[in-house]
Amino acid sequence: MKVTFPHMGTIYIALRGIFNSLGVKTVVPPPCSKKTIALGSRYAPEFACMPLKLNLGNFIEAAEMGADTIIMGGGCGPCRFGYYAHVEYEILRDLGYDYNLIVIEPPEGRVGETLAKIKELAGGKSWVQIWKALSFGYMKAKAVDRLEMLVLKKRPREKVKGTTDYFFRKALEAIDAADTQAKLSRVVDDALAGISSIAEDGRERYIPKVALVGEIYTLLEPFANLDVERRLGLMGVEVERSIYITEWVNNHLLGGILKGMRPRRHSREAACPYLNHFVGGHGQETIGNTVLYAKEGYDGVIQILPFTCMPEIVAESILPRVSTDLDIPSISLIMDEFSGAAGLVTRLEAFVDLLRSRKRIKQRQRQTVQVATAGR
Amino acid sequence: MIRVGIPRALLYYYYYPMWKTFLSELGAKIEVSGRTTRAILDQGVKSAVDEACLPIKVAFGHVANLAKKVDYLFLPRLVSVANREYICPKFLGFPDMVKRNLKDLPPVIDVTVNIRRRNRDILSAVWAAGKIFTSNPLKIWLAYRRGLESLKIYRSFLEAGIFPEKAIRATEHVVNGRLKAGAREDAIDDAVGNILTIGGSNSAAAKQIGNKVAAGNNSCRKDVGKFTVAVIGHPYNVYDNYINMNIIGKLRKMGARVVIADQIPEEVIFENTDWLPKKLFWTLGQRITGAAKYYLEKDCVDGLVHISAFGCGPDSMIGELIERYSRRQGKVPFLNLTLDEHTGEAGLVTRLEAFLDMVRWRRKVS
Repeated sequence: MKVTFPHMGTIYIALRGIFNSLGVKTVVPPPCSKKTIALGSRYAPEFACMPLKLNLGNFIEAAEMGADTIIMGGGCGPCRFGYYAHVEYEILRDLGYDYNLIVIEPPEGRVGETLAKIKELAGGKSWVQIWKALSFGYMKAKAVDRLEMLVLKKRPREKVKGTTDYFFRKALEAIDAADTQAKLSRVVDDALAGISSIAEDGRERYIPKVALVGEIYTLLEPFANLDVERRLGLMGVEVERSIYITEWVNNHLLGGILKGMRPRRHSREAACPYLNHFVGGHGQETIGNTVLYAKEGYDGVIQILPFTCMPEIVAESILPRVSTDLDIPSISLIMDEFSGAAGLVTRLEAFVDLLRSRKRIKQRQRQTVQVATAGR
Repeated sequence: MIRVGIPRALLYYYYYPMWKTFLSELGAKIEVSGRTTRAILDQGVKSAVDEACLPIKVAFGHVANLAKKVDYLFLPRLVSVANREYICPKFLGFPDMVKRNLKDLPPVIDVTVNIRRRNRDILSAVWAAGKIFTSNPLKIWLAYRRGLESLKIYRSFLEAGIFPEKAIRATEHVVNGRLKAGAREDAIDDAVGNILTIGGSNSAAAKQIGNKVAAGNNSCRKDVGKFTVAVIGHPYNVYDNYINMNIIGKLRKMGARVVIADQIPEEVIFENTDWLPKKLFWTLGQRITGAAKYYLEKDCVDGLVHISAFGCGPDSMIGELIERYSRRQGKVPFLNLTLDEHTGEAGLVTRLEAFLDMVRWRRKVS
């Protein structure tokens, strides 16, 4: 059995860690590229959301590398993701790829089935070993998340552009390669220390703080969002991402029991009265998070979604009202296979310019008030 | 009298008789928006976000059309109408989308209908809506029961192959026969015109009529003379003759007999979704896939047309599954038509003609 799974940002590091611990052979698809999306778009339904097309491309490329088993998550709707695995499987079947499909569905009262599937995947290892492997993978994911948060703060401030990304890449490779808990801890400590000590440009200047909200896949997969985090960072913007994979796992799969995370953002409650019901995916969270970020004093919010993503389209139609009411600039970036970097960069530059000029105007207003009150 | 507006869009085509009876019994006067027109579509396209699917844009147009004429807008939040199933994310957020994008709206009745877990969860929506008109719980309960009866009668008309516009009038006819003696008869087809002469409970009466019509309309057999084409899709695409450019009318004019998904009873649909690798969690999607399989397997159609809307999430997945199933069966031609807000008919007509040509050739060969 050679297992493969779709890419979604850095999740491959955790998954490879889990499977390697269990002695299960994995085939990690090549990183998402133009070839991946070309393959996916050719065979996927035209109006399927981009994540499905990238998944499909990943599976085709993995098959060429010898993978024979797909592991995917499932879902119960109303977002389309719950049916991805099955549609992708049908397409692959008609193309002649002989894959074995294992879908991990949310338990919904049939926990036995889910556990049986996990046991099957683990090649018959004991539950203790499975638990150890899952913890190890989770530790890797946690390490990557911590690094990412640090990187997002460092990038806009680095003295020599590109330093943070260089060290980040090296750190990811090292984390991926670590095969014991001890090695992992060492690697993580080194990485954190290394990135923290990157020389900063000490100039006194305004660094806008922008939050990214939207659909989870396009937020986490750099190819899908055309590397928006890095681009913003290099423009001198501090980015805060609203979704991290370990937070998602903790909140959705483990009932929030794990400690040491950022405090749970009550984003769904915060969405009222703008969006008063769950709409699938992260639609309600998008609105709720925007409200929270506005209250926390962020300078702007960027919503990222794949074309035709239903929950995010609901959020997209309500976001302008939130933006106006709470006085926080917002922009929605819709990504599909035709998105070009140039178009994205233009929009980002315009948005960042807007943020800088707002800051200038506000500062001038404050100074005017100070002068006026001082004069009395 | 309180005027309540119901837009002629989305699930109006499945639930209008129930809503009308429920609200009328509570003392409301119901206003429905007119049929979709260019103006309504344009208004909808202007007010809704660009990425929204066509049916949602049309719905926006209908809501805007109604807004100034009524005291309340009835836009229930249809989350789930069947256990473990949903409608679609946009329906879940529809009332909020409307409230944040259209100006000068009257108060919106956006009670949440969610029976995903338990059937009796509908009662909270019934109560929340009824409270606006009366504080008498018995009155609300009775109104709800009468609404359910109307729905049953309406469904039997749909299953008999009668399209919503006529079926709605027929249902009102039946219901009014009991509510108000001596109500004026509308001009409905002969087949459904003699309802009042049949005694017994109204649902039974409708079923009798339905069966008579069914014998003519929907028995699953291929016509020797005409060819039979199944047109399947979401009800708000199949029955809105403006946005689908009167596909069904055109097919009939080109010589085809048309059958639709709603002619198939619920239990049969359910049996025919077995072939899916996993239970489909979209109620409307289930109906479409069940109908497609039924018609293909029973060998009662010469061709299958799937109407989907631009930007529709579920359609993109379901259309794919049906197309692949149809191709694997290899029996009849399959046409997937995507509707959007463009109004040029030529492209549609060309496709239909080409499709019917294929159907004819196939028949000749076999």
